[in-house]
Amino acid sequence: MTEKPTMIQALNRALHDAMAADDSVVVFGEDVGPLGGVFRVTDGLTATFGENRCFDTPLAESGIVGVAVGMAMNGMRPVVEMQFDAFAFPAFEQIVSHVAKLANRTRGRVRLPMVIRVPYGGGIGGVEHHCDSSEAYYAHTPGLLVVTPATNTDAYGLLRAAIEHPDPVVFLEPKRQYFTREELDPEPAVPPIGRAILRREGRDATLIAYGPTVPVALAAAEQAATEGRDLGVVDLRSIVPFDDETVTAAVRSTGRAVVVAEAPGFASVAAEIAARVSERCFHHLEAPVRRVTGFDVPYPPPKLERHHLPGVDRILDAIDQLQWDEA
Amino acid sequence: MTEPMRLIDETGAVVGDGLPAPEVLLDGYRALVLARRLNEQAEALVRQGRLAVYPSSHGQEACQVAAAAVLAERDWLFPTYRDVAAIAARGVDPLDVLVLLRGDWHCGYDPVATRVAPQTTPLATQLPHAVGVGHAARLKGEDTVVMALCGDGATSEGDFHEALNFAAVFASPVVFLVQNNKYAISVPLARQSAAESLAAKGAGYGMPAVLVDGNDLAALTVVLSEAVARARRGDGPTLVEADTYRIHAHTNADDPSRYRTDDEVERWRPRDPLLRLEAHLTATGALTPQLEAEFTEAAEELAAHVRAGMGEESALDPAELFAHVYSTPTPQLREQAALLAAELNEVRS
Repeated sequence: MTEKPTMIQALNRALHDAMAADDSVVVFGEDVGPLGGVFRVTDGLTATFGENRCFDTPLAESGIVGVAVGMAMNGMRPVVEMQFDAFAFPAFEQIVSHVAKLANRTRGRVRLPMVIRVPYGGGIGGVEHHCDSSEAYYAHTPGLLVVTPATNTDAYGLLRAAIEHPDPVVFLEPKRQYFTREELDPEPAVPPIGRAILRREGRDATLIAYGPTVPVALAAAEQAATEGRDLGVVDLRSIVPFDDETVTAAVRSTGRAVVVAEAPGFASVAAEIAARVSERCFHHLEAPVRRVTGFDVPYPPPKLERHHLPGVDRILDAIDQLQWDEA
Repeated sequence: MTEPMRLIDETGAVVGDGLPAPEVLLDGYRALVLARRLNEQAEALVRQGRLAVYPSSHGQEACQVAAAAVLAERDWLFPTYRDVAAIAARGVDPLDVLVLLRGDWHCGYDPVATRVAPQTTPLATQLPHAVGVGHAARLKGEDTVVMALCGDGATSEGDFHEALNFAAVFASPVVFLVQNNKYAISVPLARQSAAESLAAKGAGYGMPAVLVDGNDLAALTVVLSEAVARARRGDGPTLVEADTYRIHAHTNADDPSRYRTDDEVERWRPRDPLLRLEAHLTATGALTPQLEAEFTEAAEELAAHVRAGMGEESALDPAELFAHVYSTPTPQLREQAALLAAELNEVRS
């Protein structure tokens, strides 16, 4: 029996298949060529498709994203890699001022079918600038789609969907799950961008998670089940567009919700989700919507990060506080 | 210190070899007359309150005209906000260009159809885009060339460095034309760079660079044509620094008396690009009073076209705010569009 693939291999297969399907798909960035990327997500692409299709660039993230904008303007579908979350910040102006706005600026005459891949999040024992959860910056910027897979099948499917999409996509890869091995269908489904999925049915409360916190939320639900509480888990998959329909339906069915995210909670995606759920589910709620997030601190050093990251215990503590006695 | 390459001096005298053909210079002169008139008309519209703002290229028209004239139809122009005259010289209706500055939308022309990128206000960010368009053209086996414009202030930005470095490494078909007009709003060139010239920066990228008199249309035409030909051959990018001067204020909101002297401005006036080409073409007999009258008439027609268009009320639809953000509006944007539509209905009823 062959070994199950890692998320890295699922992403690599998605890039392979997209490049084979469409000559206009080009992959570039730092170390993505012969090395295959520091995480090997682009492994073998240069060898298979040649250095015009997958190539290393100067070490210049703003230039990489800016060049991708121009290539997309001229008929290509660039997929660029930002080596780490914090390494995307030099490209922030290009992403916010141009990638996000060019289609609107030109009244839809110029669309940018490009993907910015960003390995993000912590939990890998990495240094300060290798562990950021940067999704709020992108989600706050109209014009960007922001997607993050939590399973290997979604890693494949969402990356294919992102590459095929006519709009620019920030594709956030939870690097904590890079080495997770999971079965991958021979023909994995390509889900539409913008649809969340209910990963686990539950009657008592709903956990809302995305990317790296989905497995944590599922583990919390497993643990809760042994203690007699039945928790549902929603995996957003797409932060923008946000799937209000799925989230709202899930929370209304339980009347209780906890949002679980790794990023600092203040002014975060988790904060937005909590507000949306409160607005839409108020009359169905038995308790205020709670958030379990990272603390509002710069990313901790490796030996302290376990205190920062939302874990099963902190999630279950939050669940305990959902006014069960009054029910 | 290297002197800028120059073919025609302030008196109209020929001071170098390789002058473009008289008909090329005559076409260029006509374009200069139109560009100057467009600048003047747009500035007048600002004074009348019919245009929100206008960053004039008065005094820099030779750069504007030459940058457009050396391009083939399939080539791309990447302008800055000060390059309205260059876009018009490329053949885009000035009314479509001024959509931005009259506040109707962010860009009024079709960048793909016109092969002119949108104007925006961030400095140097268009330069990596220009490299991307050029690099894509090379990958597709096309011989398209990209003319990327920026000013002296933009050469201090990181994107200037990243774009030139990228273009040189990949031998991208891009001509970088720096209009060194000596000021970034109020900050003089000495605060942008300690280099001997901005063209000297080319050496650091391994890119040929030329310093040219930016008020000499003949010299600009020769230098930019050579750079375009080099890019088209596949031999890579060129950096061109045009030595020129921003005669007018940064925009109508600026007060240049706070940072430069009238004497300095007066010293540049005799070096005006129109005066010297007019002197040269009159002396050679190429420019007759009849042609001069024809050019003036064409310029007045252009100005009248702009005035007439600006006099018309813009037809703006607030619903368009939501139409282009994504190829398909998100559910949230549809909700917000409905909210605004309901507000507008309430106002009407």
